[in-house]
Amino acid sequence: MNLHPMIAALRKHKAGVVLIALQIAVTLAIVCNAIFIIYARIENVRRPTGLVESDVFLVTQQWVGAPSGDDPASIQKLDAMLREDLNALRALPDVESVAPTNSVPLLPSSWNGSAALKPGTDLRSGNARTTFYFGDEQWLKTLGLHLVAGRDFTAADVTNMGFRANTQPDIVIVTKALADKLFPEANAVGKVIYLNGDSKPTTIIGEVERLQVPSVGSWASSFVWNSTIQPIRLNGNFSRYVVRAKPGRLEAAMRAVPSALYTVSPMRVLDDDSVKSFKDIRAEAYRADIGMAALMGAVCLILLAVTAAGIVGLTSFWVGQRHRQIGVRRALGARKIDILRYFQLENLMIAGIGAVVGVALAVGLNRLLMSKFEMQSMPVYYVLVGLAVVMTLGQIAVFVPARRASNVPPVVATRSV
Amino acid sequence: MLSYYFSLALHSLKRNRVLTALMVLAIALGIGASMTTLTVLHVLSGDPLPGRSGSLYYPQIDPRDMNDYGPNVEPPDQLAWTDGMYLLKAKRASRQALMTEGMVPLQPTESNVDPFQTSALYTTADFFPMFGVPFQFGQGWNANEDEGKARVAVISASLNDKLFGGGNSVGKELRLQETSFRIVGVLGDWHPNPHFYQLYMGSYASDEDVYVPLSTSRDLKMEHDGSTDCWGNTGGDQDNLERVNCTWLQFWVQLDKPADVEAYKSFLTHYSQDQHAMGRFERPPNVRLRNVMQWLDYQHVVPSDARLQTWLSVGFLVVCLVNTVGLMLSKFMRRSAELGVRRALGASQRALFGQLLMESGVIGLAGGTGGLLLAMLGLWLVRQQPAGYASLAHMDVSMLLATFTLAVLASLLAGVLPAWRACRITPALQLKAN
Repeated sequence: MNLHPMIAALRKHKAGVVLIALQIAVTLAIVCNAIFIIYARIENVRRPTGLVESDVFLVTQQWVGAPSGDDPASIQKLDAMLREDLNALRALPDVESVAPTNSVPLLPSSWNGSAALKPGTDLRSGNARTTFYFGDEQWLKTLGLHLVAGRDFTAADVTNMGFRANTQPDIVIVTKALADKLFPEANAVGKVIYLNGDSKPTTIIGEVERLQVPSVGSWASSFVWNSTIQPIRLNGNFSRYVVRAKPGRLEAAMRAVPSALYTVSPMRVLDDDSVKSFKDIRAEAYRADIGMAALMGAVCLILLAVTAAGIVGLTSFWVGQRHRQIGVRRALGARKIDILRYFQLENLMIAGIGAVVGVALAVGLNRLLMSKFEMQSMPVYYVLVGLAVVMTLGQIAVFVPARRASNVPPVVATRSV
Repeated sequence: MLSYYFSLALHSLKRNRVLTALMVLAIALGIGASMTTLTVLHVLSGDPLPGRSGSLYYPQIDPRDMNDYGPNVEPPDQLAWTDGMYLLKAKRASRQALMTEGMVPLQPTESNVDPFQTSALYTTADFFPMFGVPFQFGQGWNANEDEGKARVAVISASLNDKLFGGGNSVGKELRLQETSFRIVGVLGDWHPNPHFYQLYMGSYASDEDVYVPLSTSRDLKMEHDGSTDCWGNTGGDQDNLERVNCTWLQFWVQLDKPADVEAYKSFLTHYSQDQHAMGRFERPPNVRLRNVMQWLDYQHVVPSDARLQTWLSVGFLVVCLVNTVGLMLSKFMRRSAELGVRRALGASQRALFGQLLMESGVIGLAGGTGGLLLAMLGLWLVRQQPAGYASLAHMDVSMLLATFTLAVLASLLAGVLPAWRACRITPALQLKAN
């Protein structure tokens, strides 16, 4: 087919051509970037925490009238209360294992600090930011973590300390990510590190494959896999227990917890949020991300619909305007398919121009967003997919008016209106 | 004349309902989406203390050691006790207040309410007059009570409602952390958003219920929450925060004239120089003095998701507008014959232009109404979100007017090109062709 008459015809409709092309360009730019944002959010949500998440739940409770001092007697009293709770929970029939903890991944509550190769240095080169988890010998098992080197804690390793104390442990288990960062060349098990800029040495006794930090905020994204587990029961006037229920017995185990704890001692506060399944913790942590992804998705769909409607509107107008010309062409021997092809090809050309401009806009928008927000560079295939989407959309939108054009009978040529 | 144009516009819009509906819908969607996000942004980036915020400043100095030192390093966001107390007592500004926040257990005495934890602000006397805090009953405490570690407290209106049924509770007892406090004041409507003076407990909708003197809170070892940033090896022992190398206090000053701001800045620099010479500050003087809006901007208080959504919706509005321009163009050009007749009968180009713009204005008004409804729906959806600021997302009168203005302006803008093209028709040619 000869493109020349088509270009000549489009020249008579410069404004319309520019408008459709512009609309396609901006749509392409926004849709590519929105899809990229959706993808980034979903990636974020889907990354595994390192836990075997099913059947795990968390209990958070606060004692009323518990000792509040930091003196050894108060701490030992609090520790005795904590151990009583642990024993009560471990005795429940639907419970597989229980461990005291300060936090779990995705919970908005975290203890953060640093691990270093030299004493007395805090957050400098060769050091790593890390989050701290405090648990006992059942902590790894309860969360379902996978030990890749060294050994787990034993009951003899576990000590206790006051919530506000600032002493460092003798031994820790770290994540492989943190171990590799501190000791890129060698096996980290058995090596000595210094936590929080302290001068007391701490020995790494094991490595777990993967364990996410509690915070999902962007401020923690630089050390999201750097976790350190200390064999310590933290004693404060509140406590957290992470519990693994027997397979399939999650709900029964969760229901049994409040009465079991009240039986140990009624002097405590347990509210609606106190017993929470890991599934709920995960849903709450990522609610904003999922909301943003859904919003972006909705905007993309509406945007594509609006653009399609615009193409239908303008092409319909052109078909109406060229009613006679189409009749003349038909009378001169053009087949229906030729007329249909003509409008389809015309749309392909306009959409093509728009898409080329759109690719540039999309990359520009991505650069702009990168400079203003914490965003990655968009891979090329997003632009290519976006390009394919808008071109297809153009073809679909143009089909209805183009078919109507192809149905113009040749006899129109002989009528005067 | 205008009413004639208006009736012509309605007539023409009725003739092609689908196209009209499409245009109104496009405008409504664009306006609805952008007004939703703009309203959220407007609420979040608003001035917490209109009229006062320009003269309130947040001094920052840098007391840290040389670890991580480099050019252009920002000083810490908070002050250490030593520096905070020095700046407070120096009284170089017309008013100044030092503060931090924490949770305290409250044991109600006169009601059958169970004990509960409540958020408290520990601050100094100037806090109330400096920020223009409104009082329902009583007033704030004075500098002598700060000095004397007095057991006095100011409570919020909501706590007063909860404990005392909204009555005048001045002089009554409040038991905090097993200590008896005398209530000296009950606040009125005090909900600055963003919560600019203390951002660590949440930037929005995070008003505290109890205010007690900072000196008293330290005397009673009341819990300090929020951020404690330490350097060196002194640790961050919560009970010895006065002596450790940690920053954990916020400090605000009121400086009324530009000259005062300059003077205060040089005062901070001199203080840093003195401390540097004495060896307490290892770093050379590094000071900042930001006012409220600059401080909020520096702290990135407006969530980046909200800004991202605004960008997105403005792009969305652009597509919707371009779309409307295209549809109007096709609609107006299709009426060449009618316009040709009107021209031949004596209507001027200006008259036709006015008529067509009126038509697009009507579309804008209809789109604006639809957009307003969509924005209401959008804001309702925002309020269902878990974010702390969600409950604040309400449309006010200024945003309501802005919605209509934006819709009509946008559609008029969209109508200019098509109308101009349409009224340039040569009447003779049009009439002949038909």
